Amino acid sequence: MKTLTVRYFALFRENAGVSEETLTLDAVTAADVFAMTRDRHGSHEPAGHCKVAINDEMADWQSPVNDGDTVLLFPPVAGG
Amino acid sequence: MVTITDKPINIAKLRESLFEPSAGGYTAFEGWVRNHNEGREVERLEYEAYEPLAVSEGETIIAEAKELYPFEKASFVHRVGLLEIGECAVWVGVAARHRDEAFKACRYIIDELKVRLPVWKKEHYVDGDSGWVNCERCSRSEGSSMSNPAASHDTD
Repeated sequence: MKTLTVRYFALFRENAGVSEETLTLDAVTAADVFAMTRDRHGSHEPAGHCKVAINDEMADWQSPVNDGDTVLLFPPVAGG
Repeated sequence: MVTITDKPINIAKLRESLFEPSAGGYTAFEGWVRNHNEGREVERLEYEAYEPLAVSEGETIIAEAKELYPFEKASFVHRVGLLEIGECAVWVGVAARHRDEAFKACRYIIDELKVRLPVWKKEHYVDGDSGWVNCERCSRSEGSSMSNPAASHDTD
């Protein structure tokens, strides 16, 4: 089990009702964190067009997560 | 340089910041908030960004553009917060030796930042509804108002 800080943005934050929370999860990759928090952030899709960052670095869904990491879950972006 | 700001964009000042004796041309793009999207009347837009990564990803995009289309100077600014119709939401400027690089680098930067920057846009409609752009498929409650925001709202 790993203790992770998970941060939600935009739609994900609204769905979760919090901007971040500390969770203890049996997660190996960023994709696991996404799947395990799906009920909170409300996405129907696994990775899809969403993005993830770990400790303020853009990451892949297959990137490993380590105890103490901060995982940032980004819904589809829409700049401009 | 990449800037995320909640203040109106001072375009004259930004343009001046790109002056360079070796530059023979300058191209800029302004993205404006428009009053409609996907058949719905939009009253205002609300932008949110995760600034640390928006800046670092933006700097990466500018570096890529410089590699592809060597220019002298480039920068962009993206607004966050509530924006009214007609306001400038994003500004991209490129000064280059010749116009070809200036046009192409400017195009590259705006195209990439729209799909890569951690920036989100919420449309507030005239009818009082609202929705996050591009997020309809990741909404929890299909069939509710939240599941039906516009597919995309480009400022251009």
